[in-house]
Amino acid sequence: MEKFSGKIWVLGDDIDTDIIIPTEYLALKTVEDMAPYAFSPLRPGLAGQIKKGDIIVAGKNFGCGSSREQAPEIIKALGIQCVIAKSFARIFFRNAINNGLLLIENNRLRDAVSEGDEITVTMNEAIMHKGTKYPITSLPENLMEILEAGGLVKAMQKRNRI
Amino acid sequence: MGMTMAEKIIAAAAGESEVKAGDIHTVELDRLMSNDGTTHLTIDMYNQLKEPRIADVNKLVWIVDHNVPCDSAKTAASHKKMRDFAKEHGIRFYEGAGVCHQVMMEKHVTSGELIFGADSHTCAYGAVGAFGTGVGCTDYLYAMVTGKSWLLVPETLRFNLKGKLNDGVYARDLILSIIGMIGANGANYMAMEFGGEGLKTLNMSDRIAVCNLCVEAGAKTALMEVDEITLEYLKAHGREPKYCFVSDGDAVFAHTYEIDLATIRPIVAKPHFVDSVVDAKECVGTHIDEAFLGSCNNGRIEDLRVGAQLIKGKKVHPLVRFLVVPASAEVYRQALSEGIIDTFMEAGAIVMNPNCSVCWGSCQGVIGENEVLISTGTRNFKGRAGHKDSFVYLASAATVTASAIKGEIATADLI
Repeated sequence: MEKFSGKIWVLGDDIDTDIIIPTEYLALKTVEDMAPYAFSPLRPGLAGQIKKGDIIVAGKNFGCGSSREQAPEIIKALGIQCVIAKSFARIFFRNAINNGLLLIENNRLRDAVSEGDEITVTMNEAIMHKGTKYPITSLPENLMEILEAGGLVKAMQKRNRI
Repeated sequence: MGMTMAEKIIAAAAGESEVKAGDIHTVELDRLMSNDGTTHLTIDMYNQLKEPRIADVNKLVWIVDHNVPCDSAKTAASHKKMRDFAKEHGIRFYEGAGVCHQVMMEKHVTSGELIFGADSHTCAYGAVGAFGTGVGCTDYLYAMVTGKSWLLVPETLRFNLKGKLNDGVYARDLILSIIGMIGANGANYMAMEFGGEGLKTLNMSDRIAVCNLCVEAGAKTALMEVDEITLEYLKAHGREPKYCFVSDGDAVFAHTYEIDLATIRPIVAKPHFVDSVVDAKECVGTHIDEAFLGSCNNGRIEDLRVGAQLIKGKKVHPLVRFLVVPASAEVYRQALSEGIIDTFMEAGAIVMNPNCSVCWGSCQGVIGENEVLISTGTRNFKGRAGHKDSFVYLASAATVTASAIKGEIATADLI
């Protein structure tokens, strides 16, 4: 996944974990069952419109709130290949990486894009949008190892043979 | 160079003499708390490992608190999975004892420990100077299997407290004011450290309320300097501190705030963000349907006393449901012995068993479309307490109880 492109969905600041998946749907059996309700308090139809390979671009503090790991799992289950935000809440950040969901921090992109635009991401290098380049920093080595393995459990199995 | 409290705890847990903010270290965890919110997911992942094992079962504490007693066959199955697994592996297990963080404070946490909890409000443990931080179930599983994890050493925001809260103003108002001041991600990835002379005016219940809510400013952990109040609390609960750290005089803080406790006023956080804070007076007269006094943030005996004193001899407004939920069985029994439960029930409150209740929007007290809740709970996110089009205001035990009596948002001085 050195370089990829995708259509974007644009969200605001403080997208909390109760927006990503409301408590009442956590009792459903699988994340696939929960996925249609993702973002429903904010945009009820959104989950049904998201297609595999799409990208979410959001404002600051994405994923704030609960430690519920279903939040990043559902975003992944919807087929989102990466979330780009001005900033991420820390528990969500760990949970996403631990589930192999790529997150990228960028402060400027959100305010320059419109929903439906296409962007291209070159890993650890830059995001391209309509001819403008937004440089991105690379993730620390230990996080890249987890992401590349597909999540923390897979990385642990690979490293510790558990 | 000097170290902060957070740096000292991580250094000790990493076996290093010195660490600094921004470093990543592998740390040995002292304790691992998990509740019925996600433990079933941890067990599923555990069972998929080729050679599953638990590094040190004595570090694990599992607590059923989110949906207790069970509200459906689905949660009953989830609890059974947790209960059976705990029994099979000899994991310390609580059910009905209270909200996880209150139970942890009463029975397990001690100063200087590094604790992972599969719940965002684990930062409450900073009240006794322990580094508690919330993690997801995958991080939890990793720590459970290996006994270790990795941590980015956080920068620290230091809060120097001075003076004393005025009568009728509570720790809840203090932390909501601070969150309003720095914003919902004002402490993202950081530790929030509290010290100064003013800290000595806050009892352990106040301290837990302050630390518990720091995650609503994005904090990785909250830490309070260990003092006589901490040591007395630990002694009363039969525990010794592991380490009593304070930050060095030349420790580096990302920012230092000076807070005069006497300037804090009753606060309300309006829907749908914890940092949407206003002077409680601005919300007076707002219609409410339900009031909630409880949670890991404000369900301790001190909070129940505040509510009981206000409502004694008065009645809950006929159009309001007033839920009173002691944070633990210990708190409940204390409240019974002081006649507090009687007072609430005479007033027409609905007193429930210790659990997370409507604070997490499932199980009990969920609110319907367009309904309004005033709550001592932890969050007021859109849909948090039930229907996606419902509204949650956060306030102190005093403001919540006063509102339950008036049938609209009211401050205690109006009762």
